[in-house]
Amino acid sequence: MLVLITYDVSTISDGGTRRLRVVAKKCEDYGVRVQNSVFECIVDATQLKKLEIELEELIDPTVDSLRFYILGNNHKRKVNHIGAKPSLDVEGPLIF
Amino acid sequence: MRRLLNTIYVTTPDAYLALKGENVLIIKDDETIGRVPLHNLEAICTFGHQGASPALMAACVEQNIAIVFLTSNGRFRARVIGPSNGNVVLRKTQYRISDDEQKSAHIARHFLVGKLYNAKWTLERMTRDHALRIDVEKFKRVSAHLTESMKQLMTIDDLEVLRGVEGNAASAYFSLLDDMILQQKQDFFFKGRNRRPPLDNVNALLSFAYSLLSTEVGAALEGVGLDAYVGFLHRDRPGRMSLALDMMEELRSVYADRFVLSLINLKQVQASDFLKKESGAVLMTDDARKKILQLWKDKKEEKITHPFLKEKISWGLVPHAQALLLARFIRGDIDAYPPFLWK
Repeated sequence: MLVLITYDVSTISDGGTRRLRVVAKKCEDYGVRVQNSVFECIVDATQLKKLEIELEELIDPTVDSLRFYILGNNHKRKVNHIGAKPSLDVEGPLIF
Repeated sequence: MRRLLNTIYVTTPDAYLALKGENVLIIKDDETIGRVPLHNLEAICTFGHQGASPALMAACVEQNIAIVFLTSNGRFRARVIGPSNGNVVLRKTQYRISDDEQKSAHIARHFLVGKLYNAKWTLERMTRDHALRIDVEKFKRVSAHLTESMKQLMTIDDLEVLRGVEGNAASAYFSLLDDMILQQKQDFFFKGRNRRPPLDNVNALLSFAYSLLSTEVGAALEGVGLDAYVGFLHRDRPGRMSLALDMMEELRSVYADRFVLSLINLKQVQASDFLKKESGAVLMTDDARKKILQLWKDKKEEKITHPFLKEKISWGLVPHAQALLLARFIRGDIDAYPPFLWK
């Protein structure tokens, strides 16, 4: 299924820039960056749970936030892209 | 049944593959041209010559992702295998069967029955779909010959005799391949199989499709813990994936030949996609290869109902399903290996 992950990490708080960096890195492990703090991940239920737990450990819940939008398996018609940097479709043909 | 994941095909010749986090990076001239999370991948097929980093190889081996290196023409060069691979007991049983000519023949004939059955139904399909454009009588004659050969196969216990029967049946089937080409006859014709190098367009396509299929079958066999290099019908030869070739027999006509035929008949390839060398060898252009890989992927995603498992799976998983069944047979869980019988 496709899961959209967005986050807000407060960089003015203590260790904020570090948290921002590690959260981004973790998201990159699972999916494709589509905008600055927006990731699209094709994962199954187990992988999603794992990712949720891992990310939760990285943030400071008092100042940062995470959002998971679960778009399901039939996500092709639910996402429209306009403008620069169209993202990579990891389920489409991957020919480089 | 397992989910079919994606395969990356790297056709840029001077691209380098590296690992970053949990992603594979495709790097060209110090610039990242692709980045894909590993957990979305089934295999990485690279047609380049630059290679991949050891870190990436290690990560792929760990997560059961096949990395296959092919030449730019699609010929197999190397494959990455991890330290511990599958189940020793299963492999030893496989070796014992392979050493025993009679037991080998017993399995080999199942592969061949599958091959002839599928060839027969490829022909029957043609007579049904294109009765007005082909010589139906000729097709029916060969089809009957294939049925006869199948019956014969089931009574033979000798590998040499099996090969003989199969050879005759296969050449009868191949004699009709040209008749199955319905479009673009002036550019695509089949007068016989030739390879290394292929000398005409159809042979170039066949070689490419067979090599894609054999890497997939090989990976599927290794995936269930069998040794793809120790075959039953094909005997051992260094560097030859004999078991993959064995298992491929039953898939050649329905998987590869039909794929090639539809490329031509649907005009998805044209004469301009091929280059002729002075030596007579026929090569595909880079764009043609990309186009064909894309269509190959589409084919892999088409769903069918597996005739033995009665489960709906994608074509791309058929080699895995067959590998699984073969492993079960070698382990003694089922009485005979059920070939993939398509209709």
